[in-house]
Amino acid sequence: MIDVKDINSFYGKAHILNGLSFSIGQGEVVSLLGRNGAGKTTTMKSIMQLVRPASGSVRFADRELVGLAPYQVAKLGMGYVPEERRIFTDLTILENLEVGRQPARDGISQWTIELLFELFPNLAERQHNRGKALSGGEQQMLTIARTLMGNPVCLLLDEPSEGIAPVIVEQMANTILKIKQQGLTVILSEQNLHFARLVADRAIIIESGEMRFDGAFSELDANPELQEAYIAVS
Amino acid sequence: MGLFVAQLLTGLANAATLFLVAAGLSLIFGVTRIVNFAHGSLYMLGAYIGYNLMQVLPGAFGFWSSVLLAGVIVGLIGVIIEVCVLRPVYRAPELFQLVATFGVILVIQDLALIIWGAEDVLGPRAPGLKGVVRILGEPVPMYDLAMIAITPFVLFALWYLISRTRIGVLVRAATQDREMVGALGVNQAWLFTGVFFLGAALAGLGGAAQLPKGGADLLMDFNILAAIFVVVVIGGMGSLPGAYVAAVLISVLNVFGVAYIPQSTLVLMYVVMAIVLLVKPYGLFGREEVAGEHGQVGEPERPIKPASLRVRLIVGAGLVLLACVPLFGSNFTQVLISDIIIFCLFAASLHFILGLGGLVSFGHAAFFGGGAYVAALIVTYADTPMEVAFLLAPLGAGLGAVIIGWLCMSRTGVYFAMLTLAFAQLIWSLVFQWGEVTGGDDGLVDIWPSEWLNDTTPYFYFTLVLGVGGILLLRHAAHSPFGYALRASRDSSRQAEATGINTKRVQWAAFSFAGAMAGLAGALFVFSKGSIFPSELEIARSFDALIVIFLGGVKTLAGAVVGGASLEYAKDLITRFEYWRLTLGLLIIFVVVVAPEGIVGTARKAAERVGLLPDPSKQS
Repeated sequence: MIDVKDINSFYGKAHILNGLSFSIGQGEVVSLLGRNGAGKTTTMKSIMQLVRPASGSVRFADRELVGLAPYQVAKLGMGYVPEERRIFTDLTILENLEVGRQPARDGISQWTIELLFELFPNLAERQHNRGKALSGGEQQMLTIARTLMGNPVCLLLDEPSEGIAPVIVEQMANTILKIKQQGLTVILSEQNLHFARLVADRAIIIESGEMRFDGAFSELDANPELQEAYIAVS
Repeated sequence: MGLFVAQLLTGLANAATLFLVAAGLSLIFGVTRIVNFAHGSLYMLGAYIGYNLMQVLPGAFGFWSSVLLAGVIVGLIGVIIEVCVLRPVYRAPELFQLVATFGVILVIQDLALIIWGAEDVLGPRAPGLKGVVRILGEPVPMYDLAMIAITPFVLFALWYLISRTRIGVLVRAATQDREMVGALGVNQAWLFTGVFFLGAALAGLGGAAQLPKGGADLLMDFNILAAIFVVVVIGGMGSLPGAYVAAVLISVLNVFGVAYIPQSTLVLMYVVMAIVLLVKPYGLFGREEVAGEHGQVGEPERPIKPASLRVRLIVGAGLVLLACVPLFGSNFTQVLISDIIIFCLFAASLHFILGLGGLVSFGHAAFFGGGAYVAALIVTYADTPMEVAFLLAPLGAGLGAVIIGWLCMSRTGVYFAMLTLAFAQLIWSLVFQWGEVTGGDDGLVDIWPSEWLNDTTPYFYFTLVLGVGGILLLRHAAHSPFGYALRASRDSSRQAEATGINTKRVQWAAFSFAGAMAGLAGALFVFSKGSIFPSELEIARSFDALIVIFLGGVKTLAGAVVGGASLEYAKDLITRFEYWRLTLGLLIIFVVVVAPEGIVGTARKAAERVGLLPDPSKQS
């Protein structure tokens, strides 16, 4: 479904991604693991074309993404949930969802506001509130719901558990599992190994913009020194 | 009572145009974060195009169709501007955007001159609404009543579009975070173009709709520009109801001003603005907002360094050469070089706050002209000797900068730019209208230097010493701890504050210092010309300095001086062409789009490429 091949990405002169390659199959939930600054967010942005890779290729559903504008990538069915949430604080919850609305693609069940409110009951209660009135957890839910309004085929979730109360983290994990049941492919970047294990089928470890590990969690568990070396132990 | 009501109605009718144009500006700013300085030009185009259409289309239907069509055509012109000029600079720093739209102003001015000629055009009266209605015994034009009636509907339609439709939701979302809107699948490029179309169309509508009241002329663009800035600042940036209330307030006050205190009409709106800002810093309906993003073009800024020995020697040699000019150059050459030095000092003083302080001031002419007027006034009224005038002029300009700086300092980015422009206009209108003291449009004459300097060559040396001295002083300040603090405040005000720098105070001090140096340039100017006119305080003067800094290169210390010298010289050549504005405007747009690093930046790059200068990027 997604083939990242040998991408190099820069911020100004800083070389962030160093020939990174990986593939993800349809319906898989894969977790990108790694420390702060390892290049997880840049990987997400490079797929989304918010950062344009200087070289390499990103293929998604048989289309080359490098060279497209972010909105074109989104229209192909790539849903992006940024780390900083970036909800529109001056807009109400309903309006935030409206911004994300895109027509459904074939074969993917269409998300409606009603369905999303079922998935995120908190949002339903506060649908006429402005984004700035929401708590951190609610904002995170709103970002995910907003992206789902675009009926994506694949979801890029950048550190969804960051800065959220532990209770909400559990709830978030359940939500992601429900989304997975809908057949979505999910790439999830995480520093929280516990959370990643709850939802993901496979782990990819990145360090200094290079891949260090790609395999099942069982394999990762058998390898404590790997965890120690590349993941903040929590 | 009747007269009072009639005047109120006239004010409300005038507010219609002002509201349309200001709403367009506000809308464009809200989404694109670009202050479209060419908005007045679009308004002017609307008037001329509407006039042409009204000549062809007959009757009442023809009249109103012409107004609408003019709006659509101007909207399309706006689209052309957006696509060709603004798209390349959306990510650039504010100054680039402002200068780019200023280039558009120049181009449109000359195109209008070519197409419609220099003669003012008298607007046709609206068919069916030519008469007057008696209200409490006073005649009120029917067209005024029509305008008063239509405006609330326009306001409502715009409000509905923005707050109740999907397009409006997208527009408001893009106001906050364009990139995220794009990542959610919205083609924001077209969203921007659409908004620009709408904003430009509103300006065009405003221009065409005011034809029966005001006609069309080539000065309309600048005349409305300051007024719509004031409206937007008073109403609160991005607020449509705010724009309406402010437009009404300004227009009504203006009508009463004309009736009761005719000598202060121009000043009035700026006074109102200053009062509103003191009470509500973000305007009547505005909310605290972070100013536009600070974009960057090309590489990150390079730290400025003290000049190397080689550069010092070259500059020294250049100065010696300049000092020798009277030996072989004609009087004309000396005067031209004096003009260039004065202008360079003026530009360098602006560069100090703009380049090093990151504060884009659009009203720097207030201090240049202000210094000149201080000198001229004390010489005229107090017979002050020139030597004392040279002390008091920078002090006076500096004091003005202290006050204006205090009023503007709470804002950043484009808000700061608009405020400084409005205050500069306040000073201009004061000087222009207070004829008994300042001579008004006739200016002040007979301001000559003391006996010992009263000849071309001595004054040339005097200018050389003070002008170059001033530039070196500014440069020295840039390398002092004060300069470091100023740059730290520009690059990251939060971190600067965390290290104990009072950023606002540092910027305020820099603003005042720059104002004083501009005042010195003004004093040099007035004694070299022997006279001073309000034109030295105009928007165009402030823009001259901005363009110079821009052309020279914002990021380099030498930029202002090199740019200043080139532009003064180029102007001497270029103004001999009939359509020099067109040429200059296109040149500016070309530089913005193609060589955004300016003359010095581009030259330095070229020198590094061929090996004349060491390339810092290869050292690491």
